[in-house]
Amino acid sequence: MTERMGRLNPTGSRLLDAQHLSAAYYTPEGNRVVAVDDVSISINEGEVLGIAGESGCGKSTLGAILSLTAREPLVVENGTLEVDGKQQHLGPRSKLPRTWRGSVVSLLPQGAMNSISPTMRVRDLVFDVMRAHDRGVKRSDALDRARDRFEELGLPGRALDAYPHQLSGGMKQRVVTVISTLLNPRLLIADEPTSALDVSSQKALIDMLLQMLDNKIMSGVVFITHDLPVLRTISNRIAVMYAGKIAEIGDAEQIASAPRHPYSAALLGSVLVPEPGFRNRRVKGIPGSPPNLINPPSGCRFHPRCGLAMDICKTDEPPEVGDLMRFSTCFWSQQHPGVPVPVDKVVPAEEATMVDASAPELATAEEGV
Amino acid sequence: MSVNGRSAAEATPSSPAPWTAQTRTDDGTDNRVIFRGTGVTRHFGHGKNLVEAVKEVNFALNEGQITTVVGESGSGKSTLARMVLRLLPVTSGTLEFNGQDVTSISGTARADYWKDVQAVFQDPFSAFNQFFSVRRLLSRSFRLLGERAAAEARMEEALNHVGLFGADVLNRFPHQLSGGQRQRVMIARALMMRPKLLIADEATSMLDASLRVNILNVLTDLRDELGMTILFITHDIGQANYIADQVLVMEHGEMVEQGPADKVIFDPQHEYTRRLLSDVPRLSA
Repeated sequence: MTERMGRLNPTGSRLLDAQHLSAAYYTPEGNRVVAVDDVSISINEGEVLGIAGESGCGKSTLGAILSLTAREPLVVENGTLEVDGKQQHLGPRSKLPRTWRGSVVSLLPQGAMNSISPTMRVRDLVFDVMRAHDRGVKRSDALDRARDRFEELGLPGRALDAYPHQLSGGMKQRVVTVISTLLNPRLLIADEPTSALDVSSQKALIDMLLQMLDNKIMSGVVFITHDLPVLRTISNRIAVMYAGKIAEIGDAEQIASAPRHPYSAALLGSVLVPEPGFRNRRVKGIPGSPPNLINPPSGCRFHPRCGLAMDICKTDEPPEVGDLMRFSTCFWSQQHPGVPVPVDKVVPAEEATMVDASAPELATAEEGV
Repeated sequence: MSVNGRSAAEATPSSPAPWTAQTRTDDGTDNRVIFRGTGVTRHFGHGKNLVEAVKEVNFALNEGQITTVVGESGSGKSTLARMVLRLLPVTSGTLEFNGQDVTSISGTARADYWKDVQAVFQDPFSAFNQFFSVRRLLSRSFRLLGERAAAEARMEEALNHVGLFGADVLNRFPHQLSGGQRQRVMIARALMMRPKLLIADEATSMLDASLRVNILNVLTDLRDELGMTILFITHDIGQANYIADQVLVMEHGEMVEQGPADKVIFDPQHEYTRRLLSDVPRLSA
């Protein structure tokens, strides 16, 4: 727990302001699928912002916009990024300064384990990355810098001389993390870095990211994953996305204990942790599936799956309740200010089935089969 | 989804699977062992490149129970599963299924074995032939079974068990299904054989937390309603805690702890199990 103390005190100054980000995928059939729809987020210096949501909610698309790596068929349609007072307009025709990528914002991609060429030693990739930003850099200088960074973060220096297949999955992920931050970016966008790792490697990566923040290698992190317990461990604030919009942003602790949006509550309800309360109990996932974004539902996009939906949710866009840094877009929370959403009402709870292996007949009888 | 699965199972009482009728011999004290591995060992490479992936592992799977293997990447969990599935020969040791030695069966004997033992793998996105509809995918299972007459009914039955309906999915192609649906079709494919033992190797790792619960519920329903034996492999103790009756813990190819789930998870004896538990991220601080 002690290593996490650093993250609790982000300084108050603003690192990033992203306003009215919108991006759409254009399909070959001519459909326009708006994956991120008018999203605004702000991050303070030293902060980790977690982004949570189901597959297809637009979280990776948001990561691509923030890291300036959007490519066809994804088109950024609107938005402005402001980092350290420098403003950058984003649009289909705006020219992005090349220097921003890697040194202002950097992406730690999804499945980073596969981002090292199998025919290249890690050190060759390091040199490649450094040279792409500084033509004149010497090979030995680039490698020295990487070696120092590896030592600083407790990674073995021999990893630099290895081929990717000689490294374990967790080690590969940490190596790619170090390489993607070699240029000391202001903001690191980490897109599902832990999803393919086992819990022990997950923890090692999270500890390393927090140490990098402490060492001021970067000043802020956007951490994208669907895994709420991981976000609870690493982030200061969590943004929950649903169908291309932000459902709720709040302090990690508040989202994990007292969510203000029914969708956050439903996501929390499907988390499994190794505690006695989760044995012999039936946890229900969220009923239904996320909407098709070609034709999103009217009003609140979560209303077809929400146990608290009212008539107004079907017709009107929900308001943002709260301030810029912490809000929930929900009519229910507007009517119940300060009250956490009752988890059991969002997803109607199933009867506890008491699946006890010693009394199978009883269990099946209770289930009504 | 699980509710669907249940109502669907109720809706087709006319065709009870033969495995439903299977009597459960466990009366709470001694469980019938359906699968037993003794001194199972697997080496890869030799000389200085020798990797001992699984070392002298002893375990038993009780009929009608979910047994979970937990361990970090590279601990030999999947190698063990592939040996149980007879996709990989053992270096030494014996495997027994229903009292019969299956360590070195091959040819038709192995094909027969696969009628009883089926598997679902990790990645529902690469397990499909993208040019095959679900109907074609499922009907290919009949090459192993050799009887085509009851094909349609079997498909429907298998799909119902995982909460899907034939009319919705049979004519679809993989790209038209979500990740959760794909994984359920993969489970249905395994169920086509009406197996006695189902091996799920990290079957939920690539899915979102909200879909994961649904798949786990499908597995517990298979256990509770059909008395199926399931070997579930995961690195996530949270999932093991949710569904397992028995837990086996592996570290570097060795079985370091095994026992009833309550005992292993809430009163771990081995240092490694404790570390695995402490590494799990929690919601409460």
